[in-house]
Amino acid sequence: MTSAQQSPAVVQNSGQVLPAGHEPANLGDILERVLDRGIIIAGDIRVSLLDIELLTLKLRLVIASVDTARQMGIDWWEHDPFLSSRPRRPVEPEPLETVRVRPASVSAEDVAGRAGELDAERLTAEELTAEELAERAHRRRIVDER
Amino acid sequence: MAPDSAVWLYAVTRGVPAERLAGLAGVGGGPVGLVEAAGLVAVVGTVPLAEFGEEPLARNLENLPWLETVARAHHHVVDTVARFGPVVPTRLATVYRDGARVGAVLMQRQAEFGTALDRVAGRVEWGVKAYAVPGASATAALVPDRVDERPGLAYLRRRRAQLAGRELAQQAALHSADQVHDVLGRHAEAARRHTPQDRRLIGDTGWMVLNGAYLAAAAATAEFATVVRELADRHPTIRLELTGPWPPYSFVAVQAGEAQR
Repeated sequence: MTSAQQSPAVVQNSGQVLPAGHEPANLGDILERVLDRGIIIAGDIRVSLLDIELLTLKLRLVIASVDTARQMGIDWWEHDPFLSSRPRRPVEPEPLETVRVRPASVSAEDVAGRAGELDAERLTAEELTAEELAERAHRRRIVDER
Repeated sequence: MAPDSAVWLYAVTRGVPAERLAGLAGVGGGPVGLVEAAGLVAVVGTVPLAEFGEEPLARNLENLPWLETVARAHHHVVDTVARFGPVVPTRLATVYRDGARVGAVLMQRQAEFGTALDRVAGRVEWGVKAYAVPGASATAALVPDRVDERPGLAYLRRRRAQLAGRELAQQAALHSADQVHDVLGRHAEAARRHTPQDRRLIGDTGWMVLNGAYLAAAAATAEFATVVRELADRHPTIRLELTGPWPPYSFVAVQAGEAQR
């Protein structure tokens, strides 16, 4: 772990500055690019935008690799009804709303439950999540209007 | 007859030497091919509908190991193609019935693709992430216990100081992140600030305060890396991480103002 005294590191994940042929970066970096960015054009096989929006909310969490996450005890996709391969809920418009509301209420309970021991980091994480969701909703509107 | 395969679209380019695609494995393990129309060249592959049809695709996208394999394969093709000229990557899972449909899309969106290709020609995307340095907030340890204090009170006081210290460190880190983004933006032709990746999985790595993407001339690679290194030296409250060069994923979106802050 880097301490304040050490000079900050510059890490080049894709190996040096930078010949071709690198196998870049961690899964999170790749997923956020291929799922979230890139040009969006409608294909013939319809993957509902909502599916991908919700998916990226979950996958935004994935950083290093599935194995790393498992080592860290984070294996939500194996328990999460949304991500498990059990029979799927039909896609309805509600989930986005539900997800949008949830972080806020979790955060509020958090604050109440921890009165006196305010965990600034956790609050920040929840705020970011709420912000992400707002951004998502905004982008969905843009896409829907097209 | 019911078709048993579909066409996966990776990216749109102005041209790729077809022989350089020989042996390149695409999504689903199949070969990578080209569809030409309207002066554009789409990079495509054939995928089985049993796995990539509407219903199985929706299901498979939720299967993380499957998604990882497909995402890496998609990226690998886009990345390979990007070595031969400007490229507009399409979002994962853009699938068409056949090559003729892809050609129709090229014609329909010729101007849009042309504009995007012009924007990224000769340029690469750099990713720069900044994390708050945890040690920068360790000031609380310096607060001495008062001799007459009850242990509980001492704990609370230390904890309070610790939280205050952490908040200061976070503010400093956020401030540094803003500055870094500004400076990098000045050394780039375009800049995007994406939502930071979630700390629940970054875990040990720390709190991400910047998740930036920068479009810079491919020829100015060493210069960009130097700027990042200098910024890292100048901002001890954050740790910088440079990734790339990436195909210009963050700079081909058509929605104006998207993710721009």
